Amino acid sequence: MHKAYTRLERIAGSVVAVKAPDATYRELAQVSWPGGTSLAQVIRLDGERAFLQVFAGGRGLPTDARVRFLGRPMRVPASDALLGRVFDGAGRPRDRGPEIEEEGVDIAGPSVNPAKRIIPRTMVRTGIPMIDVFNTLVESQKLPIFSVPGEPYHELLARIALQAEVDRIVLGGMGLKHDDYLYFRDTLEEAGALARTVAFIHTAADPTVECLLVPDMVLAVAERFALRGERVLVLLSDMTNFADALKEVAITMEQIPSNRGYPGDLYSQLAARYEKAVDFDDAGSITILAVTTMPGDDVTHPVPDNTGYITEGQFYLRDGRIEPFGSLSRLKQLVNGTTRDDHRALMNTMIQLYAAYRETLEKRAMGFRMSEWDEQLLRYGVGFEERLMDLEVDLPLESALDVGWALLAECFEPEQTGLASALIERHWPAR
Amino acid sequence: MPNVGRIVAVSGPLVTAAFEQPVVQNEVGYAEVDGLRLKAELIRVRGDTADLQVFEDTTGLFVGGRLEFTGEMLSAELGPGLLGLVVDGLQNPLVELAEASGYFLARGQYLAPIDRERFWAFTPSVEAGASVRAGDALGTVPEGVVEHRIMVPFGWTGWWTVREVAEAGDQRVDDVVATLEDEAGRTRQVTMVQRWPVKVPIQAYRERLRPDRPLVTKIRIVDTLFPVARGGTYCIPGPFGAGKTVLQQLTSRHAEVDVVIVAACGERAGEVVETLREFPEIVDPRTGRSLMERTVIVCNTSSMPVAAREASVYTAVTVAEYYRQMGLHVLLLADSTSRWAQALREVSGRLEEIPGEEAFPAYLESVVAAFYERGGLVSLRDGSTGSVTIGGTVSPAGGNFEEPVTQATLKVVGAFHGLSRARSDARRYPAIDPLESWSHYAGVVDADDIALARTVLQEGNEVAQMMKVVGEEGTGLDDFVSYLKAEYLDGAYLQQDAFDDVDGASSAERQAVVFGEIARVLRAALRLDGKDAARRWFQTLTQATKEWNRAPWGEEAFDAGRDRVRELLEGVRGDA
Repeated sequence: MHKAYTRLERIAGSVVAVKAPDATYRELAQVSWPGGTSLAQVIRLDGERAFLQVFAGGRGLPTDARVRFLGRPMRVPASDALLGRVFDGAGRPRDRGPEIEEEGVDIAGPSVNPAKRIIPRTMVRTGIPMIDVFNTLVESQKLPIFSVPGEPYHELLARIALQAEVDRIVLGGMGLKHDDYLYFRDTLEEAGALARTVAFIHTAADPTVECLLVPDMVLAVAERFALRGERVLVLLSDMTNFADALKEVAITMEQIPSNRGYPGDLYSQLAARYEKAVDFDDAGSITILAVTTMPGDDVTHPVPDNTGYITEGQFYLRDGRIEPFGSLSRLKQLVNGTTRDDHRALMNTMIQLYAAYRETLEKRAMGFRMSEWDEQLLRYGVGFEERLMDLEVDLPLESALDVGWALLAECFEPEQTGLASALIERHWPAR
Repeated sequence: MPNVGRIVAVSGPLVTAAFEQPVVQNEVGYAEVDGLRLKAELIRVRGDTADLQVFEDTTGLFVGGRLEFTGEMLSAELGPGLLGLVVDGLQNPLVELAEASGYFLARGQYLAPIDRERFWAFTPSVEAGASVRAGDALGTVPEGVVEHRIMVPFGWTGWWTVREVAEAGDQRVDDVVATLEDEAGRTRQVTMVQRWPVKVPIQAYRERLRPDRPLVTKIRIVDTLFPVARGGTYCIPGPFGAGKTVLQQLTSRHAEVDVVIVAACGERAGEVVETLREFPEIVDPRTGRSLMERTVIVCNTSSMPVAAREASVYTAVTVAEYYRQMGLHVLLLADSTSRWAQALREVSGRLEEIPGEEAFPAYLESVVAAFYERGGLVSLRDGSTGSVTIGGTVSPAGGNFEEPVTQATLKVVGAFHGLSRARSDARRYPAIDPLESWSHYAGVVDADDIALARTVLQEGNEVAQMMKVVGEEGTGLDDFVSYLKAEYLDGAYLQQDAFDDVDGASSAERQAVVFGEIARVLRAALRLDGKDAARRWFQTLTQATKEWNRAPWGEEAFDAGRDRVRELLEGVRGDA
C-alpha cells in the first residue's frame, strides 16, 4: 500500500511539508496524531518535499504526526443516499447520520466542452415576483445576490430553496454562523423540503481550508445529478467568505497578492466554480445562485467585481427587497417571450412607472407640490412595493402578472400606461 | 532518440524538469502521467532545470516523472478547413473532441483541427520552372466564400524552383501538391497544411502600409465618431455589464470583412455557445452564405486551464495572419485581453518573478504591444493587400481605466471605445462614451460634420452639468437648446437598437446620408418659443428620426423618413 511518513519538516498555518518522494500532485493524505486526524491535500511538490494543506488546520499538529498518502484526489459521494443529509466542509456527516460508504466522484473535475452546451431556454419558477416577472431566472444561469451584511439574504435563499420548481437543491454554506446553519436546517425540515436537498455546511468555527472545499463538493454532487437528467439548483452562501479563505491560504503560501490582498488568480478560481453552471445537450442542468456580501456596500471590491464579470447578471438585495434597478438577469429575454403575451410589455411598463414613482418621492422630499399624476404614482409605488416587491409574496408568474394589471387599473387610466391597446383590451381588468 | 527530462517540482500549472540534452526556449514538452501526455510549453531555463507551463490540469504528476521535449515551438496548423471551426486555445476542434470524449474536456486529448479525409478542388497557379519564395501561392482551393491560397510554407528561407506541381483536381490536405528545389539542389514536398509557431508573426509580405480605409462595423457611433481602420487596432474597456461582449458579437456579425476570428479568452462559455449555435443559422448578406463560413472561434473559456488561455490569443492571431496572406481582410476580436493578462500574472507569480503594478509582470506592456502590433495592413508580393484588424476588450478591475492592462493597451491601439457604466445604466446602447473615446482613423462621414458633432456633444455636456446646479429654470433658452441638440444627436443617432433588423446594422452610405441631415439640424439656428416648446419639438424630431432609422434603405419609407425630418426642421428654422 501507500507509504506513511512521520516527520513534518515545516508547519506554517495550515500548510505542512513532509519528505515524501512518491507523492503525486493534488493527491490526498491522511494526517493523524494523538490529538486528532485530518485529511490533507498535496498542493506543491519540490524535489523530495511535498507540501500539504491540512484541512483541519495546523493548530496542535506535532512534527511527528503520521502522514499516509491515499493515492487519489479528493472525492465526494454523489448518490441518492445524500438526499436529506447535511455534511461539513470535509464531507463528514454533520447531522449525526451514518457515514456514506461509496466510491464517490472526484471534486473539481474538468470543465464542460462548450460544444456540448446549449442556449438556455427554460425558466426556473421561484414564486417570487421580483424574480419571475422582472428578472427571470433561467436554467443554467449563474447569478450572485449582491448584498450588504444584515440584509435577509438567507431568508431569500431559503425561500427559493422551498419554492423553486427544480428536482434537486444542493446547498453550500461557507463561513456561516452556526445560527444560520440551524435556520436553514430547520426551515427546510419544517417545510418538508429536506428530502430533495443535500447540504454541505462549513461554519465560521470550522477550519478555513474546509471552506475552500465546499463549492467544489457541492458542484460535483450537482453535476452528478444533472448528468442523470435532473434539474439542479445550487445555492451558495457566502462567496465572499470563500474568497477570503482563498486569500488566507495564498498569503500563507507566500503568494504575491494582486488586489487588496487577494491572489492574482481570484477570477479564475471564482470562474472555475461558476462555470459549472450548465444546460446539457441531452441531460439535466445546473443553475447557481450565490450570495456575495459586499464589504462596505462597494461593488468595486475585488470579490463582487470579479464575480460581476463572470456571472450572467446580478440581484441586488437592498432594504430587504430585490432592488429593481441594478438587478439584472441577462438571460431573461431567452425565456420571457414565451411565458405569456403580456409578460415583457407589462414588465417594462411597471418598472418605468416605478422609476417615475422614485422620482416623485425625491420631488416630494424636496418640498415640491404634488400634481395629480404624482399622486397616482405615489399610490402605485406603495402598492407595487407591498404586493410585488415584498419578499413574503409567493405567487406563480401568471397570478403575479394579474396582480400587476389590477394594480395598474387601480391607479391609472389605460392610456396613461403607454401599453399597446391590443394588450390592454385583452388584460385590463373590468371595473 | 527523444530528449527526455525528469520532473523535479510541481506547483499548479508550473512544472520544473531536469534535462541533459539541449532544450529550446518556448519549445513544447509532454509531461507523462497515467498513460496520458500533457502538453506544456517551456518558459524558463535555469541551470540544468527548465520551467514549463502545462496546458492541462496537473493532478497526479510526480517528482521523477518523465517529461519529453519535442524541440518544436508551440505551433498552429494552417490549411484549408479552418473556417467554420470551433477550437480551443491549443487548436483542438471542440466538436470532434466532444464526439471523442463526451461532455467534459478530458485532459491529454489532442486532435488535429483540419479534416484529413476531406477533398479540396485544387487549381495550380504556377508552372514547373517558376521561382517562388515563402508565402507565394502555388495554387488555390475554394473554401466556402474564400479562395484559399496554398502557399510555400512561411518558414522556408530563400528562393525555390518549382519542380512539379499537381494538376487541377481533388486533393486531401496531406497530399503532395508541389515539389520545390532550393538553390543548393535539395528538394522538398509541399502539402496543403503547414505549421507555424504561434508566438512569431508571419512576415511573408512586401511591406506594411498605413491603415487608411475604414472598416465598416455598421455601428453608427463607431463608424461615424470613432472609426476603426482595416489593419488598425482598437480596444473596448468597460466595467462588467456595460455591454463589451454584446458589442463584440454585433461586430462579428455585421463587420464588412472577409474573415472573422473570435478569440473567447477567459470569458463565459455561454457566450461562445450563442455564437456557436446562432451563426450557422444567420445568412451573411454580403455573400448569401452562413456567417459561420467566414468565422473561426478560438475559445478558452474561464474555467479551462489558464496556461492555454495565453496560447489562445496567439493561436487566433496566427490564423488571422494566415488568411491575411491570401489577400483577405481579417478581423480578430479578442474578448477579453484582461483575462490573458491575468494568465500571465498567474504564471509569473508561480515563477516567483519580481512583480510590477498590481502584481502584473513587468513585461506586461511589451507583451501587449507586441500582440497588437501583429495587426496591420500589408501589401503582398503579388500586389494584393490583406489586413488583420484587432479589436480587444479589456475588463478593468472595478471599472477603473487607470489599471495596468487598460493603460498598456491604450498606448498601442489606434482607437479607444470606452464603455461607461452611466450610459449602460441609462440604457443608452451601445454604451460607448462619446466624450472620452477617441480614434486616430478616418471615418465614413464628412470630417467637418464630425467636428461639429463633437462640439455639440461637449457643449451639451457642459450645459447638462450646469443644469444640475442651477436647474432648468436658471438655464437660458440658447443653452437649453444646445443641451437638447446634444441629446438629440445621442438619442436619434449614436444610440442604436441592436434588436431591430434595420436599425441594428447601418451601412456606410446610410450613415453618410442620415448624419448629413442630422448635421443640418445641429447647424441650424432654431426659432423655438420657450423651453417647453423646444423640448416638445426635439421629442417629435427624435421620434421621427428613430422611425427613419427603422425604415429599410432604398425603400419608399426611407425617403419619407428623410422628408419628415426635413419638414420638421423647415418649420422652425430661424436662418431661412
